[in-house]
Amino acid sequence: MRAVVDIPEATRPVRQRPDTEPIAACLLAAPAFALILLLFILPTLAVFVIATTDWQFGARSLSFVGLRNFAELLADSTFRISFANTCLYVLVVVPATTAIGLAVALLIESGQSLRAFYRAVHFLPFMATLAAMAVAWEALLHPTIGLANQTLTALGLPTANWLRDERTVLPVLGLIGIWQNLGFAMVLFLAGLKSIPSELYDASEIDGADGTFDRLRIVTLPMLGPVTMFVVIVVALRAFQTFDTVKILTQGGPAKASEMLLYTLYVESFEFLRTGYGAAVTVVFLAIVVGLTLLQARVMDKRVHYQ
Amino acid sequence: MTAGLTFNGINKSFGGAHVLRQVSLDVASGEFLSLLGPSGCGKSTLLRIIAGLERQDAGTVAIGGRRVDDLRPKQRDIAMVFQSYALYPHMSVADNIALPLRMRRLSGMQRLPLVGGLLPGSRTTQAGIAKEVTRTARALGIESLLARKPGQLSGGQRQRVAVGRAMVRNPAIFLMDEPLSNLDAKLRVQMRAEIKELHRRLGVTFIYVTHDQTEAMTMSDRVAVMAEGEILQVDAPQVIYADPANRKVAEFVGSPKINMLPARFGADLTHAAGTTFDVRARELAGTAGTLGIRPEALHLAEAPGTGIFTGRVRLLEHMGSDLFVHLDLPHDGEGGTLIARLLAERAPQIAFGQTLHLGVRTGRILVFAADGRRVQPDPAPAAVLRSYA
Repeated sequence: MRAVVDIPEATRPVRQRPDTEPIAACLLAAPAFALILLLFILPTLAVFVIATTDWQFGARSLSFVGLRNFAELLADSTFRISFANTCLYVLVVVPATTAIGLAVALLIESGQSLRAFYRAVHFLPFMATLAAMAVAWEALLHPTIGLANQTLTALGLPTANWLRDERTVLPVLGLIGIWQNLGFAMVLFLAGLKSIPSELYDASEIDGADGTFDRLRIVTLPMLGPVTMFVVIVVALRAFQTFDTVKILTQGGPAKASEMLLYTLYVESFEFLRTGYGAAVTVVFLAIVVGLTLLQARVMDKRVHYQ
Repeated sequence: MTAGLTFNGINKSFGGAHVLRQVSLDVASGEFLSLLGPSGCGKSTLLRIIAGLERQDAGTVAIGGRRVDDLRPKQRDIAMVFQSYALYPHMSVADNIALPLRMRRLSGMQRLPLVGGLLPGSRTTQAGIAKEVTRTARALGIESLLARKPGQLSGGQRQRVAVGRAMVRNPAIFLMDEPLSNLDAKLRVQMRAEIKELHRRLGVTFIYVTHDQTEAMTMSDRVAVMAEGEILQVDAPQVIYADPANRKVAEFVGSPKINMLPARFGADLTHAAGTTFDVRARELAGTAGTLGIRPEALHLAEAPGTGIFTGRVRLLEHMGSDLFVHLDLPHDGEGGTLIARLLAERAPQIAFGQTLHLGVRTGRILVFAADGRRVQPDPAPAAVLRSYA
């Protein structure tokens, strides 16, 4: 160091140091990368690999079967019913949850009093453990002593064995799904409503759009575009993942009328121990989830951010 | 179709905070009036009350002689330009400008998407609206932007779209709420000229809210200076500057700020900053008050004397044609700083730290009583005689 002491600051050569920045960057990213690899990427790869084998859970040997699991899947009536049920369920739950969630958010936002109370009441189902709530629903829907049927009887209306009837079981599960996700949609919509600049409402009022419907159409709904998109996708993903209510309330019955993807996957993988086949179902499920997420990313960028 | 505006005894409070107190003003038809004041003085609230976005607690607003207190904003024949422009981000520029016309000329059914276009009459109306939108856009030089969304525009372009949306329906009164404060300095100067030009061309009444005195002074026919919910003075810009009604107005308008010197008024002379001035205000004799001296009223003096400030140069700011000299006044004369605006070419080599003498013409000294009220000094007998000589 002594040699450089006399050299003026500006003319001193910059010390050539091995460039350690990339190494440091890799080291810093390593823990997160290891976790993602271990918990996410490897299991996913494993699913894809297992889906092409006939491995049974616990078996010591396996053999490659190519796409036979997928062929079996397409021919399997249980899977087809399960897939159709899931799609129907999603098509009921998503629009209803979004619409009712938005309506509740608008009502809460336009009201003056008890806002916190209404928010909490609607958000509670989302916070509660669905397994426990399912038991409560089971009691409510009990064919003889349940509150639902007792009320209907008292009003002189026809009753049903809600969870044991092929025609009612899926709509009832859908209703529970809506009930559970409503609070989530509502909270997101409330946040979205708060972020709409008040000057836009002022401007619309001066421009003559001061009726409720016009305000909704010109300011509120378009400005809620990104939030709505997010709510639709997340609720759709949650609806696709419905499992607790099916497992606890119906076990897919009666006559597979409430069979749904995740439940089928569970039964095949862990009850029948057909892990290879279950993995194939998982691949289908993953494809749906990834597809929805990509859709969200694309539409978000193009349509609802208005940039 | 321009109209005048009158408001009378406007009061407004939010919760416990009194925002406007007994505000009254007449604005002539076709006038450009600025509401000038620091933030929180109530000027924006006043504008929102005129627009009908806020309801006053007491008082009346009349547009073109017609009371509008019970009318909704859309019925008041006003248009407003907001600070954030408040353009609808999901609509194209053309749709943004067309919206006020659509809301007025199309029925609720005709405005429905898809179905609306099929209803009788709506095509003709739509075509008429499109024509007016194009005409407005051409007048503002934004014709080529009609298909874009606001998010794709620069600040200045958004500003023009916002003006276009206000202009398109020929309102009687334009309300502008700090429309230039989101623009950069260069664009602001340009838009200032454009808005002034717009006012000249349209010939309608403009009410312009700003906290920027340059905007208010350069654009307005009259400026209403507001502070703490009251209008302090309404006058032409040059009157506001040269003849302020009170201390607050004098201090708010003018850059650099007016020099305010604590003073004691005697029977014939006034004592301030360690020297005496030939200023007499008999009604203030024996009291303390303030002398206000605009920086450009000061000039270089040769030697110390009566009515001459002597101090040490603390800061020099060269502004090109002008030179701002900050002078530290001596502590035995209560101290303080004096800012002088000298013509750069007339000022010889003034150096930091040197002692400087500055004189002031008696006629340019503004006299304020202790309560801030402006007092006209009594004419000095000697001065009167001299002027007749």
